[in-house]
Amino acid sequence: MSSLTATTSPATTPPTPAEAAAALDAHVREMVAWHFSPETGCPYWLERAAELPFDPREIDTFADLLQFPHFDDEVLRKEDPARFIPKAFSGRPYNVFETGGTTGMPKQRIGWDDFRTDYTEFSEHYGPDFFPQGANWLMVGPTGPRRLRLAIEHLANLRGGACYFIDLDPRWVKRLIGMGEMRMAKLYQEHVIDQAATIIRHRDIGCLFTTPKLLESLAERMSLADAGIRGVFAGGTTMTPQYVRFIEEEVLEGKINFAPTYGNTLMGLAISRRRGPGEYSLTYHAPQPRAVLRIVDPEATTELVPYGEYGRVELTTLTKEFFMPRFLERDEAIRREPCDEFPWDGVGDVRPFQSGSKTVIEGVY
Amino acid sequence: MSMQIPILRLGREYESYDRVELDLGGGRGLVTHTANPGLIRRDLLRIGEARAALDAIPAETLAAYCEKAAELFMEAELPVGDGRQSPREYVESLSALTRLPYSLVRMNMTKIHAAMSQVRTVIGGLTRGMPLEIFDRGLTELGDLAVNYFPTTDSLGVSLPSNAPAVNSLWIPAPVMKVPVLLKPGREDPFTPLRIVQAMIAAGFPREAFGFYPTTHEGGDTLLTTCGRGIAFGSDATVKKYSVFPSISVHGTGRSKILIGEDLIDRWEEFLPVLVESVSANGGRSCINTSAILVPRHRDAIADALAAELAKIEPRARDDEQALLCGFANAALAEGIDGRIGSLLKEAGAEDFTARHREGPRRVEAFDQVYLQPTLVACSDPDHPLANTEFMFPYASIVELPQAAMLGKIGQTLVVSAITEDPDFIADLLLSPDIERLNLGPYPTNRVQWEQPHEGNLFEFLYHRRAIQGDVAGV
Repeated sequence: MSSLTATTSPATTPPTPAEAAAALDAHVREMVAWHFSPETGCPYWLERAAELPFDPREIDTFADLLQFPHFDDEVLRKEDPARFIPKAFSGRPYNVFETGGTTGMPKQRIGWDDFRTDYTEFSEHYGPDFFPQGANWLMVGPTGPRRLRLAIEHLANLRGGACYFIDLDPRWVKRLIGMGEMRMAKLYQEHVIDQAATIIRHRDIGCLFTTPKLLESLAERMSLADAGIRGVFAGGTTMTPQYVRFIEEEVLEGKINFAPTYGNTLMGLAISRRRGPGEYSLTYHAPQPRAVLRIVDPEATTELVPYGEYGRVELTTLTKEFFMPRFLERDEAIRREPCDEFPWDGVGDVRPFQSGSKTVIEGVY
Repeated sequence: MSMQIPILRLGREYESYDRVELDLGGGRGLVTHTANPGLIRRDLLRIGEARAALDAIPAETLAAYCEKAAELFMEAELPVGDGRQSPREYVESLSALTRLPYSLVRMNMTKIHAAMSQVRTVIGGLTRGMPLEIFDRGLTELGDLAVNYFPTTDSLGVSLPSNAPAVNSLWIPAPVMKVPVLLKPGREDPFTPLRIVQAMIAAGFPREAFGFYPTTHEGGDTLLTTCGRGIAFGSDATVKKYSVFPSISVHGTGRSKILIGEDLIDRWEEFLPVLVESVSANGGRSCINTSAILVPRHRDAIADALAAELAKIEPRARDDEQALLCGFANAALAEGIDGRIGSLLKEAGAEDFTARHREGPRRVEAFDQVYLQPTLVACSDPDHPLANTEFMFPYASIVELPQAAMLGKIGQTLVVSAITEDPDFIADLLLSPDIERLNLGPYPTNRVQWEQPHEGNLFEFLYHRRAIQGDVAGV
């Protein structure tokens, strides 16, 4: 079964774009009230509110959030994560998550249940056959202090399986590449793949989460279809249409379901919309209203670029656990129109911001 | 309508969705299809089939195919993606992309033709005269001695430059030696390696023996590090980058030189044509062009005379048969080189002698492109930063140095032409570890003798000798 024909869970009748926008505005009001109320908000935002030239509690629509300046992610390095604990969650144990390949002081985000919400929604989006119910999972990729590690295990458990893990430390990979240690980076990747291949050969694994490059390497060792893999969930790097085609046709041999995603610790997980036969361009949709992705003009970031054009990716996260308005990602993408599955804008063919004009280390993982 | 150049995946054409568009001028475009790195690795999983296809054909036959391919390369209309390309179209298209004048493209064609048509001589030079059966049986006899060689790899990956089509001659013996080749063309020269491959296929080589992968830098790294053996061309940075991979041979900066001995220096005027050709042949773009001249006396007189000759080489249109200078496809590169030379000339001890003779500045715009005019810099110190460097145009330094000090100062040098008859100096030159190729006598550094390996020995790179004893007569 290929991902092109795989069925996804029948959703309830989807809202129209106008209904989705109205729901987003209502959600914005609820989240702003939560984060900027002394009874429920966190110290960081309550203090920031006093410095803003407007009263955040008067925000009424998503468009009003444009009054916020872009969120500076350096805050997530400098501030004690405890300053982001909403008062309403005070006393509840929390997780500290760190972003992927950062070197130096990492960016940290705390969380409670958001990852479960995101990955439950992801699981519900796909039918019982796409990632077979009851199958065990193997995650090959960055574990450690990352949200993804708990999220994938939650996903596996939710679908009735257990999850095995092979860790890859992206910070070490980035450092090796920065030092010009290509050979060592290659050896490290082989070390990771050796471990993953061993698990697949000796345990009953039906589903994989990994990065596309590790997926390629794994499939060079064995036929993943013959090894019993039925569904692959991947994300983490640029996937051009050619790359998606290559993964589906050759790496997965046209026999394994493929769910490419775009996401990070700050957003959660954007699912890729269903594609037709021969269509390899990916369009991701944010888990709205919990997160919103906009494709903005890099020179005038309050403005959206027209549909079909590249612009910079701007992320706004709006959950009770985390509020982050207008963070400019280090990515650019094509602004795509809403669709039946997701009645809000999508982001297409994501790639590193200005990747045509400078060298970017995307990592070998 | 743009010409399409798809990927050749061990003989099978593949159209990628990742593409690069290039301008061939005159409203014509070229689209090269880009291979993602994983695609190259997956093809290497099938490399056994490519090797088997070559193994099925006697090496004598492969050599004959190569000789036939030489003629096809020069004369035939050959497939290029969805169309065909005549030799004339090849010359014009390659010139449009690389800015090499037609005359230099044709000269490069001649060199490639020679490498193909004389492939037996080339391989004989590499194997020191072993019969081609060594590639069929792994075994041959040299005198009474049984000799056994085995391949160290089942593939050769080559990352090619855009600026010197003739360097393709380096990999040409590999398929005759039964080693499949996977090629990454330079961005601006997809035509030359593809034309050679298509000529070889048309002559009888199995298609699956060839991979042709226009790709990214990452794809180039993948090709070189995943093939059992790799050859790359580039700067000192490229050499450093791949130095940790013993399976990769990097052809770096040449820093080729002419050394004139004490015994012949007073006859320097006789050798002036050799100096001019060594600096300026092939637009000064090759690693075998002279980039430094060491003389024991008469530095300024030689510099002045040589500069006067070099200054006569002026920009001409690409289709002018007299054209010797290449334009720059990347004008910013020319600007960078010109700026660097200009800034280093401000350091004491260097004078641009060509500035006395040429019209206008070094960097000029003419015939719709940017040129750097020939430059000869006289340096008072061999350690001056302009004294032992090279640039991608006719550039050389000239330094006065006692003969006895020369070999201590040359550093790693691809080609030395030593103009001397002094037996002691020649003995020292023959034992110098810094010289890759040594021309004894007044020969240009760009002189190629096919039975002598150019840089490294491809046979020794691809094959390893094994000690063999016992009853091998019946094998």
